[in-house]
Amino acid sequence: MSDQAGAAGQPMISLQDVSKTYDAASAPAVESLTLEILSGEIVVLVGPSGCGKTTVLKMINRLVEPTSGDIEVAGTPVGEGEPHLLRRSIGYVIQQVGLFPHWTVRRNIATVPELLGWSPQRISDRTGELARLVGLDESMLDRYPGALSGGQQQRVGVARALAADPPVLLMDEPFGAVDPIVRHRLQDELVDLQKRLRKTIVFVTHDIEEAIKLGDRIVILNVGGVLEQQGSPAEILSRPANRFVEDFIGAERNLQRLALRRVAELRLKWGPMVEVSTTPEAAREAAAREGTEWVGLLSDGVMAGWVPVSELPESPSLEGLEPRPFGAVVSRRASLRQTVDAMVGSSQEMAVVAEDGYYCGLVDFRMVSEALGSQRGSRAGG
Amino acid sequence: MTDRPLVEELRLFLGDPQTWWGPASIPLRLGEHLLLSAVAVLAAAALVIPPALWAAHRRRGVVAAAAVVNIGRAVPTFGILVVVVVWLGLGPWPALVALVALSGPPMFTNTVAAVLAVDPAVLESAWGMGMTGRAVLMKVELPLALPVIAEGIRIAISQVIATATLAALAAGGGLGRFIVDGFAKRDQGELLMGAVLVAAVAVVAEMLFTRGQRRLVPSQASAEGSR
Ligand SMILES: Nc1ncnc2c1ncn2[C@@H]1O[C@H](COP(=O)(O)OP(=O)(O)OP(=O)(O)O)[C@@H](O)[C@H]1O
Ligand SMILES: [Mg+2]
Repeated sequence: MSDQAGAAGQPMISLQDVSKTYDAASAPAVESLTLEILSGEIVVLVGPSGCGKTTVLKMINRLVEPTSGDIEVAGTPVGEGEPHLLRRSIGYVIQQVGLFPHWTVRRNIATVPELLGWSPQRISDRTGELARLVGLDESMLDRYPGALSGGQQQRVGVARALAADPPVLLMDEPFGAVDPIVRHRLQDELVDLQKRLRKTIVFVTHDIEEAIKLGDRIVILNVGGVLEQQGSPAEILSRPANRFVEDFIGAERNLQRLALRRVAELRLKWGPMVEVSTTPEAAREAAAREGTEWVGLLSDGVMAGWVPVSELPESPSLEGLEPRPFGAVVSRRASLRQTVDAMVGSSQEMAVVAEDGYYCGLVDFRMVSEALGSQRGSRAGG
Repeated sequence: MTDRPLVEELRLFLGDPQTWWGPASIPLRLGEHLLLSAVAVLAAAALVIPPALWAAHRRRGVVAAAAVVNIGRAVPTFGILVVVVVWLGLGPWPALVALVALSGPPMFTNTVAAVLAVDPAVLESAWGMGMTGRAVLMKVELPLALPVIAEGIRIAISQVIATATLAALAAGGGLGRFIVDGFAKRDQGELLMGAVLVAAVAVVAEMLFTRGQRRLVPSQASAEGSR
């Protein structure tokens, strides 16, 4: 797989004061929307029906031309150049999937590579690779879409969108048409996929649960494409900006559910924690294993704090470092609501669980949101 | 009229060597009939299908074009034949013009309807994947519309084969000659043979085309079945 254009944390997509009024309509579908989407993050657009979510996506790949405002992808205005060339560099997945019914799954997946003129060998290698990536059996490749289940079709839709390895993926309610069990499985798979691929994803949904589960950041829109709030799922959930957001996310209900559950019910992660008595080498390994930029230090099980990986010494010992205190520390008896409150304050959006100073483990927001979901018993195994 | 003369006349007609060989024979008339029908359908298809595809693809001028094409449907073929005879004189041309006007409308309307019926989600993803307008038309809209377009062609073929009989009225040849001459000579054998032949050709052509149609769109068939 190729490297992604743009370093993580750089803006990959930016909308500057973008408005759209459809020809036939009197009121704008989107009004002066300004939004920045960073490279490698999943931003979820949520809002009631007709609030302009689809319009925003389609303006990014120019299926719809904005009435006014500027849109850039990877630093280039989308209005420059031919729309079909732009679209080949942006994966697009829609709710109805829209597979080509007269082509085999294999050829469907190869749509963009074929347009780009890849060699048959390269296309064939890539198709097999993608089938594995999205969990499609190779035997499906020579079937026609009509012979696939809804969930399988959407896997093909995702594979087709990823085929030419575009840095950006636009997904418009991709899991809206499949049953809840399959939906949860596809969501889990997307999370896994994203860990490996680090695409810049703009994901549209009606479903706040889905937004909380998938989003690094959630953007809540109101009718007319008005931005009501944007922030991390934890921020949105614990600090809704206004009444509309509260109502929309069912804040009351969710916060009550969170208040009723305790950290002790979660299976905590160990995280990149090492004893001060080990070596900097072991600390680096722990950080690499967990994919973090920091390590936590313990001395005989008691929390000392954290240090950035960049500050780990070359010397053989970790002694003498000055660990910083963790931003969010909760006990195992804390409610999930308190935990989320604490997390929102910390820069890492996770909380350290400790009893009397002794380290117990880590909670991150995803674990909390999964706990919220599992209460209704609707989650499926992956 | 009794049965005897008909059987007798049929026997006489079929026994006449001129029926089988020469300028007024069945093979020659059959050839004329098929050629006239084929040229008419091909010309109409060439004239009507590309603009229909384009108009439907662009979602432009569809209504106006359909209105124009449907004038052909409203005017009786016989009327067109008469007008063109007055205009061009006798021969195969008036019949050809009339038959083109007859076969154009079903092909046009079917083509337009078929392209407009392509699933909007399929089109959205075709555009969204970065296909050019031309690719959307040729790789997606046309193949998906093909079964219904073929159906339009099939309707046109059977109408044209039946109606090409009129060509004989304008000295255009074809199997219609047997009917026209049969009437004129009060030769019921010839008349009956002509009618039977026209019907048989129409049925055979339809069967052959239907078989071809199935071969034309094999993917659709397997797309339906989930084996
Ligand atoms: N092609 C169009 N022509 C005219 N109006 C349109 C068009 N597409 C969308 N609209 C209108 O623009 C507004 C925003 O539509 P959009 O599809 O972006 O909303 P959405 O948030 O995606 O809705 P949903 O959740 O139902 O998919 C709606 O009022 C819709 O009716
Ligand atoms: Mg929508």
